[in-house]
Amino acid sequence: MNKERREKQTLQCAGQSLERKAWKRLCRNSMARIGGVLFLLILLACLIGPFISDQDYATQDLIRGANPPSLENWLGTDELGRDLLERVLTGGRISIGVAFAATLVALLIGVSYGAIAGYCGKQIDVMMMRFVDVVYALPFTMLVVVLTVTFDQKSIFLIFLAIGAVEWLTMARIVRGQARNLRTLSYIEAARATGLSHWRILRYHILPNLLGVVIVYGTLTIPAVIMLESILSFLGLGVQPPASSWGTLINEGADKLDIYPWLLIGPVMFFSLTIFALNFLGDGLRDALDPREKDL
Amino acid sequence: MFSLIIRRFFQAIPALWIIASATFVLLRLAPGGPFDAEKTVSPEVKLQIEAHYGLDQALHTQYLQYLKNLAQGKLGPSYQYAGWDVDEIIAQAFPVSLELGTWALLIALSIGIPLGVLAALRHNQASETALMTVAAIGICLPSFVLGPILVLSFALTLNCFNPLGWSFPSDRVLPSMTLGLMYAAYIARLARGGMLEVLQNDWIRTARAKGLSSTMVVWRHAMRSAMQPVISFLGPAAAGLISGSFVVETIFFIPGLGPFFVNGALNRDYTLVMGTVLFYAVIIISFNLIVDLIQMWLQPRTRHE
Amino acid sequence: MLSFVLINRRVLKILLYLPFVALACCTKHQTNVERGNLNGELYVGIGAEPAALDPHLTTGLTEYSVMLALLEGLTTLHPETMAVQPGVARSWSVSEDGLSYTFNFDPNARWSNGESVTPQDFIFSFKRILSPELGAPYAYMLYLMRGAEAYNRGEIKNFAAVGVRAPDSKTLVIDLISPTPYFLSMLSHNTWWPVHPPTILAHGSMTDRISKWTKPGNFVGNGPFLINRWHLNNGIHAVRNPHYREHPKVSLNGIHFLPIAIQSEERAFRSGHLHITSSVPIHRIDWYKANQPESLRIDTALGVYYYMLNTERGPLQDSRVRQALAYSIDRSKLTEHVLKAGQAPAFHFTPPGTGGYHARTRLPFDPALARQKLAQAGFPEGKGFPKLQLLFNTSESHRTLAVAIQQMWKKELGIEIELHNKEWKAYLATRQSGDFDILRAAWYGDYDDPNTFLSLGESHNGNNHTNWHNPRYDALIAEAARETNLQIRHELFQEAEDLLIDALPVIPIYFYVTSRLIDSSVKGWFPSILDNHPYQAVNLEN
Repeated sequence: MNKERREKQTLQCAGQSLERKAWKRLCRNSMARIGGVLFLLILLACLIGPFISDQDYATQDLIRGANPPSLENWLGTDELGRDLLERVLTGGRISIGVAFAATLVALLIGVSYGAIAGYCGKQIDVMMMRFVDVVYALPFTMLVVVLTVTFDQKSIFLIFLAIGAVEWLTMARIVRGQARNLRTLSYIEAARATGLSHWRILRYHILPNLLGVVIVYGTLTIPAVIMLESILSFLGLGVQPPASSWGTLINEGADKLDIYPWLLIGPVMFFSLTIFALNFLGDGLRDALDPREKDL
Repeated sequence: MFSLIIRRFFQAIPALWIIASATFVLLRLAPGGPFDAEKTVSPEVKLQIEAHYGLDQALHTQYLQYLKNLAQGKLGPSYQYAGWDVDEIIAQAFPVSLELGTWALLIALSIGIPLGVLAALRHNQASETALMTVAAIGICLPSFVLGPILVLSFALTLNCFNPLGWSFPSDRVLPSMTLGLMYAAYIARLARGGMLEVLQNDWIRTARAKGLSSTMVVWRHAMRSAMQPVISFLGPAAAGLISGSFVVETIFFIPGLGPFFVNGALNRDYTLVMGTVLFYAVIIISFNLIVDLIQMWLQPRTRHE
Repeated sequence: MLSFVLINRRVLKILLYLPFVALACCTKHQTNVERGNLNGELYVGIGAEPAALDPHLTTGLTEYSVMLALLEGLTTLHPETMAVQPGVARSWSVSEDGLSYTFNFDPNARWSNGESVTPQDFIFSFKRILSPELGAPYAYMLYLMRGAEAYNRGEIKNFAAVGVRAPDSKTLVIDLISPTPYFLSMLSHNTWWPVHPPTILAHGSMTDRISKWTKPGNFVGNGPFLINRWHLNNGIHAVRNPHYREHPKVSLNGIHFLPIAIQSEERAFRSGHLHITSSVPIHRIDWYKANQPESLRIDTALGVYYYMLNTERGPLQDSRVRQALAYSIDRSKLTEHVLKAGQAPAFHFTPPGTGGYHARTRLPFDPALARQKLAQAGFPEGKGFPKLQLLFNTSESHRTLAVAIQQMWKKELGIEIELHNKEWKAYLATRQSGDFDILRAAWYGDYDDPNTFLSLGESHNGNNHTNWHNPRYDALIAEAARETNLQIRHELFQEAEDLLIDALPVIPIYFYVTSRLIDSSVKGWFPSILDNHPYQAVNLEN
């Protein structure tokens, strides 16, 4: 009986009614609501903040130099006298954009790769997982350096490629582990016995059951991507000065923590709030999308 | 199980060969050579230097020669650190990274798993939010931020620890925390997710309905499935931890393996990069094998694979 | 259930003990500085792991600072005055034409294994560094010696034709191609230092690069200290060499060279883990100036920071554009507010006082003139000026400076420059290929003479990537190299520098300084333009 019920539920998952239900559940989750609103606020601030402010992220005042937060510069100024809030907001556009795009790339590759490997099993799984081992071991620094000479260095596409190349791997391993368990469950075996195609089984039975872990790891990938971007900047890929990103701002601020603490506090605050918001939103989404979650 | 290990061993050989070949190609494609320096030397001198390392030969000869040396277990001399062989460098640095990584792993597990499981058991309660907030802080503080913060507060202000070094037992504390706390946060989130998934399964609900105490249920049945994502994550994570961290080992001046990965690549130290990459490959392949073995042991149904 | 409760209790117990364990760990250890002051051991930060300890292969200052403890040349430099003083050679005489130097060896000069340092050892060492097979990058430092260049280029095969000989077991004669006023001070450079022939040969052939002779236990040196332990990325420990010729005058018992990363060095110093750091982070300099000025040591260094222009690229072909770029940089503002460590703004190329030479030409900071020049070149108010790229190797200080200069050009000239960073080796490769518009560069002098800077502008200099050629300039530098009269020589350099600063294939920005933090217990560490700090002069006071 359990089998059937679950099957029905997961089948329904594709249907309209369930999506609407999930949305309702998400809206009812107070933490998710807070997270969602907070994230939208940050996004809006990054997008329109720089337009309405009278400060500019690149304008310098060398004589003034680094100054703590004030009424004029809410987050203070950096060593070249530039307004930090402006730098954080314009940096946020790059960081949030890269984070979402690259995470999406990593998720798409990682989930489909892991699901196929775990579901197919046997030789296919062995081959696919050894390939993951190989890519894991490749020296990332060298890979990026080679990318920078092979392609146009300022292309944003290249950033996704470089980040996607590393971030999908762990996702694939986690998804594969889950999918391997699922396929041995009797209801999947039953579905196969009824003649459902592999594609349909993957789409309607395996993937919905993977959503939870995918969302959790997805929210973990976003901060990792934002930080990874600063390493790419170091190697000459991506954001070039005077523009900045959260990763580079935090990286620089960390070195000067004891003299100019505000150079770290401002960017970390924005970064952390974003991550918090996304975590709570992700948790809510996970609960809302869970086919077995009881209605609250 | 033994047959699996033996099979994996034979699968590892072609994998290592592909890794070695791909790294070889990457190194030669990268701009700049190992002996380029601030002050340009004449082409003749450069040629002479390269001849010492066999870099004057055709690429395929270099490649075959490297594979031949590798087959004999020789990783060759480092280009950047004159007088040092790559295997010597790894032998000197790896034990340090192994120790640091092990401490960090212990911290990550002992904080991450209880935190995640507890949060899942308190699902939809205020305490869950509190626990997960703690975990989120860990995610928001990457090691290059957490390291200086810990040094400033515990070493330079409270005077509890040395700000750097690896001489005394107490020198282990701050770097292990710096390295371990972020992983703890990751593990907490994964453990909570896995646990929630399991707790909503019908068999757990049934067990709970039968009146078994909830702790018993949790420990007996749920942990096995719930820890799946954590264990999958731990394979690569543990391999990364014990092979050294560039950031933490640099901040705390720890003579581990981490800086060699990065500096080797930045210096185009061909042999050092090849050596460290292959060494790391062996670790990651072994750890992924261990993970698969643990997962098989936890989920007997996948054992027939 | 029971088991869980038990686990729970045990966990609780451990959790309760944890603070006490942490407190027990908190027992403060003796710091390196405290220990060092008791044992007479110096803890020096060197910033990075040395690439090698072979005097004939290294090129960097990091390596030099370690090898200075381990080896010694024919002459040494006085720690405070930098005047030439005896080294392995107790005394010397110069022939009347200034071409032949005779060195009398100090009978006390010994290798660390007790053997005497002989003239033959020096001949072996010169032969080694000049052998084309070794591929020594700095072999050209010996080119003043007759026949050295030909031998190094493989044009002559017989080393007997090179101008160095040992008439007896205590005398060495070196013949030069032309009288060279700075020859004696040059002998203190590591390329002129001896290596112990039997040790070299025990670990390979004379010209083997891949050799383990510099490892502790193998190393035989003639310096005040002897390498005792070397752990990569963890430090080099050198101890007093009992066979050193002036052994009783050495005060330190040992030196620890610690390759602590630059951003951690300051923290190490603050907690008493280092006597001396290799640098000071920019953002910390003001703090030390205000709170602890006695620890901060800023010395002028023999180096210039400049932008190299590709004079074959678009508008940069026009010298007026190059002048506009150079005149619109407010160097004093940069050194005062961005660099902060007391760097001198560079209004010409050769650092002031190099070999007693002071360039008389001055780059102006004159935005109006710069705008005028740019307009003359066809870009009034920067209109139509193509977007040039400024390339620098990744580093926060290079970036900060580039961003500030980018802003100055935008403000004063109305032109947009695009910034681009690359990691070190990719940057070098780009520089070599000449595929750049504007490139950040630096040059540290190898010896205290204007030639080490001004020869960079020669058409065929391997380090001139600007595509700028001027036959008159080449002739001046060549003439100066032959000239023995110091005043005429400087006059030739003045004229060359005028040409360089007028044509501006390079835009000088500032002259380097060496900033360090030094503990108050360290005595005998004197300012040095070549960053030469002989350790035999250093002592620790409590």
